[in-house]
Amino acid sequence: MVTTWANRRKTRIDDLATGRSLGADALVRLRRNPVAIVGAVIVGLFILVSIFAPWIAPHDASQSFPELQEGLRPDVIPGPQPGFPLGSDQNGRDFYSRMILASRQTLLVGVFATLIGLFFGVLIGVLAGAFGGWVDTLLMRFTDVLLSIPSLLLAISIAALAAKPSQTTVIIAVAIVGVPVFARLLRGSMLAQRDSDHVLAATALGVKRRSIVLRHMVPNAIGPVIVQATLTLATAILDAAALSFLGLGDGDPARAEWGLMLANAQAYLDVRPALAFYPAIAIILVALGFTLLGEALREALDPKGRR
Amino acid sequence: MLRFVVRRLLQIVPTLFVLSLLLFAWLRLLPGGPAAALLGDKATPEKIAELNRVLGLDQPIPLQYFRYLGRSLTGDFGNSLISGDPVIDEIGRALPATLELAVAALLIAVVLGIPLGYVAARYRGRPLDTTTVIGTLVGVAVPVFFLGFLLKQWFAVDLGWFPPSGRQSVSIDATDVTGLAVFDGLLTREFDASWDALRHLVLPAIALATIPLAVITRITRASVLDVLGSDFVRTANSKGLAPGTVRGRHVLRNALLPVSTTIGLQTGLLLGGAVLTEKVFVWGGIGTLIAQGIERRDYPRLQAIVLLGAGVYVLVNLLVDLSYALIDPRVRLR
Amino acid sequence: MPTTRRLAAVIAAGALAASLAACATSERSSDAGSGGATGGTMVFGAAGAPKNFDPIFNDDGESFRPIRQMYDTLITYKPGTTELAPGLATEWSSSPDGKVWTFKTRPNVKFSDGTAFDAAAVCANFDRWFSMAGAAAQSQMIYYGDVFEGFKANAGDATGEPVYNSCSAQDAGTAVVALNKYKGAFPAAFGLTAFSISSPAALKQYDADNVSQSGDSFSYPAYATDHPTGTGAFKFESFDKAAGTITLVRNDDYWGEKAKLDKLIFRVIPDENARKQELAAGTIDGYDLPSPADYQTLKDGGNQVLIRQPFNVLYMGINTKNNPALADIRVRQALAYAINRDALVKNKLPEGAEVAKEFMPSTVAGYANDVQEYPYDPAKAKQLLAEAGASNLTLNFYYPTEVSRPYMPNPTDLFSVIAEDLKQAGITINPVPRPWNGGFKDDVQKAGKQDLHLLGWTGDYNDAGNFVGTFFGREKAEFGPEDPAMYAALAAADATPDPAAHAAAYEQVNRDIMAKYLPAVPISSSPPAIVVRSNIQGLVPSPLTDERFYSVSKS
Repeated sequence: MVTTWANRRKTRIDDLATGRSLGADALVRLRRNPVAIVGAVIVGLFILVSIFAPWIAPHDASQSFPELQEGLRPDVIPGPQPGFPLGSDQNGRDFYSRMILASRQTLLVGVFATLIGLFFGVLIGVLAGAFGGWVDTLLMRFTDVLLSIPSLLLAISIAALAAKPSQTTVIIAVAIVGVPVFARLLRGSMLAQRDSDHVLAATALGVKRRSIVLRHMVPNAIGPVIVQATLTLATAILDAAALSFLGLGDGDPARAEWGLMLANAQAYLDVRPALAFYPAIAIILVALGFTLLGEALREALDPKGRR
Repeated sequence: MLRFVVRRLLQIVPTLFVLSLLLFAWLRLLPGGPAAALLGDKATPEKIAELNRVLGLDQPIPLQYFRYLGRSLTGDFGNSLISGDPVIDEIGRALPATLELAVAALLIAVVLGIPLGYVAARYRGRPLDTTTVIGTLVGVAVPVFFLGFLLKQWFAVDLGWFPPSGRQSVSIDATDVTGLAVFDGLLTREFDASWDALRHLVLPAIALATIPLAVITRITRASVLDVLGSDFVRTANSKGLAPGTVRGRHVLRNALLPVSTTIGLQTGLLLGGAVLTEKVFVWGGIGTLIAQGIERRDYPRLQAIVLLGAGVYVLVNLLVDLSYALIDPRVRLR
Repeated sequence: MPTTRRLAAVIAAGALAASLAACATSERSSDAGSGGATGGTMVFGAAGAPKNFDPIFNDDGESFRPIRQMYDTLITYKPGTTELAPGLATEWSSSPDGKVWTFKTRPNVKFSDGTAFDAAAVCANFDRWFSMAGAAAQSQMIYYGDVFEGFKANAGDATGEPVYNSCSAQDAGTAVVALNKYKGAFPAAFGLTAFSISSPAALKQYDADNVSQSGDSFSYPAYATDHPTGTGAFKFESFDKAAGTITLVRNDDYWGEKAKLDKLIFRVIPDENARKQELAAGTIDGYDLPSPADYQTLKDGGNQVLIRQPFNVLYMGINTKNNPALADIRVRQALAYAINRDALVKNKLPEGAEVAKEFMPSTVAGYANDVQEYPYDPAKAKQLLAEAGASNLTLNFYYPTEVSRPYMPNPTDLFSVIAEDLKQAGITINPVPRPWNGGFKDDVQKAGKQDLHLLGWTGDYNDAGNFVGTFFGREKAEFGPEDPAMYAALAAADATPDPAAHAAAYEQVNRDIMAKYLPAVPISSSPPAIVVRSNIQGLVPSPLTDERFYSVSKS
């Protein structure tokens, strides 16, 4: 116990001595962390596959093939065969191509939902944190209301509003859930800085309020927000899958998206479990990847984590 | 203490007020509207207009809102479009089921999560710790509905250890007292009914408990690590206090503070998870009401459940704040 | 100190539990068995909860399933067929013009409340339906509105001229029903479950007509919710809404073959996979409409998959009103040519399913063999679209979710296949999924928001009018405005009493519909199934989905 403590002190002093910035320091610690490496590998692979999906996938996502349809019956779904490494899906389409192409759609839903949530969350958070007073009270009351509804319930309620459920409605529903979280986080972090030395110093130097907020406060508050965004990517993908399961997902069943594929494969669990299992495993892996990365980031950025 | 409670309760009021406003707007935004939903297959525009008049839907929106508010305050949330019963009766019928499920899940999460997190922290970096950490991360990444299906397929269909869905076997003629099936069986000494209900409860409770269990384990671990590294523990250790005393009095007590907040936050997650779990396990609780209400666009029902759900969630978190004072004498409630 | 506090808490909790236990003693009946023959209990999985149990206020299969066990109709259908058979009426006859129907009522029949069934009871039921007051009650009488068209005093939006005139009990055993006009629906329509005969005493005692609109919804009287009283082989015992179980018990005074089961329980399990798993685990004895994907697994698990005769039609509706391009018949024909119905039927529908040439099954009189056909021909589809100047067609295609219908086992997949075919023909499809009970029927059949939609129909009785007449007999939001000539031709066919002329008239209508009007594209007829465990005998699958469980036994 004592030795580890001493070691920790030593590294801390070493760190201070080398004088690295917090960001660079975090990066170094990330590179040493196996959790971060595993997370980064999963996420990196996922992003690579989704970028190059149209070139990797041999076929179109919605095209059905006569050679697969030949043996297709309600209770028989043809398995792997030459040209179709994972066999057919329930409608005679190439399951392998759909799995590959789905990575892109899934990433799209996750990223857009997170970015939209992040944008509005940060906007509200910055306004509240920068102005304080009644602006803060009003905005925070609003986020309180959103936070008082359990998140999945909120997403469900919003998705149910859509006259035509589509990918966009799913993204919006999942995005709104993230807004209050980001807003609270940023505001808290900014409030903590309002009385900090560097802000006081900048004020004393006569720096304009706008640039204090944008140049000094926001950059310092953004760390936890990035961590949260990484974690939100994981929950966004899971929430989108849950919406699909509840029948509130994308209305185009031809679209290859893992959550949608998992939901639509429910009827074929006995015929070809792979139709449900592969998308499920893909979702689990990707959610895990983002979570690992997010947790590692949190640890790296948290000064307390420097033990 | 009392003043703190009163102030916090007063803070809930505006939240719920704004929420009721939002819900009301939500209801008006929905496609179709209540009249169209209500009038079977053969409604003509004239008929819808007539009904709108009867229901008061042609009056100014603010007036409608205050009427709705007034009715809600007296506990009248209208009738469900699906069953025709007052929504509040439906909720009353379904609440025990969800309560039983949520309590069981939370119990699993707390009873397993806190010791697991504590042990993982004590043996930090060892295989046990690594396994636990990986387990918690995978736990939050598995879609609940998929996990539920797997549990059912393995333990109910393939192995036959548990019944696949529902709350009670139809062959068991159990007496209903509180609606909490396990508890009722104990009350009336129909122990077979209690046992039967418990067997039904196991799989859905496990499915619902995964995420809270993962979160509680992780928070406990992090918070124990925090405390273990703090000066006062080091002092206690160096004073030569018995390790048991240090763990019990110093470490656990201080580490539990953030954990109790997390438990409060999990109640909201449980309600969301219940929608999925109850659908998979045909549980017939609040989650089922929500899923069914969404599917059939039963707006009065959804409105009431979201409002009550939010109320409960806020109250639970108030209770959590109060429990701080019990665990940590430093926290003074003002 | 903490120990003592904890101890006190435990003692307090114990005391509380004990005091609760003291007042909550078991209400369990000493023995559920009824002494004599024990036929056991059958638990049948239902996909949804019944709306209520008053036959006249219902129109969906989930409500009708329990109702059929508790009630009888004047005329019934021979098990497993669409042929008529004597029910509560031992024989029936009509005047040559088809306007006066005379029923000989079955003697020695008692309602489950002990009152006697006779001709007066029959007339009491007919008069009750005809004179039902109030928009709320009338709006819930879907089948009555379809068959008898109008009420004594039409309230709300019911506008039809009443088909029913009067009913008189000539003697205790003879009821005479007089109509204002003939319809092809008779006499088969007298067998509709909605027209089951209720006990007049019970109707009165439990205030059966008092359907009211309370707040945002309808509430039904005690008769419909707790005291349904018929002459059927089973009697109502309870409906536990929280657990979703409907319990029926054997009616020992039943006039016909007594039920073999002691108890029949319908358990609501909305999730398809959950029903399958419950069956596999042995906690239910059967369920309706298993997915064709599961037939083999179910059989492998030792269950019996009972296949019904196909008596339905699935179609892709075309709303010409919503999209002017669709008013051009060449565009509608292009849609028909674009869909590969042979592949669809082979790939997605169970064995025994057939491509539908027209809008009725081949077993119904009036089916024409020589209608114009639309074989799969994407090139021709494109050509027709080009000729019509509609090459860049974009269509809103509505399809139902959260449902499985006898004619449509998996709507999402069927939609997916059809939409892909249409895309291959160069048509852009906007998919719009709506939950079956949460907007699909409203949007499609009432509001007419769609350009295309997927829907179908299971026949209620064996008459062509129940198919084509229901679809195209009048202007409907579902299809948009059609040719009045088509309505006239259908009305004329319906009003022809002579069976041969009736059939011939419908054959011609079918030819015209497929060649001249094409208001929709018929897709398929497919055999729905019902699955029971290996130890269940005697359940006869009915093409009308009119299964009676009295013949069922469990070993």
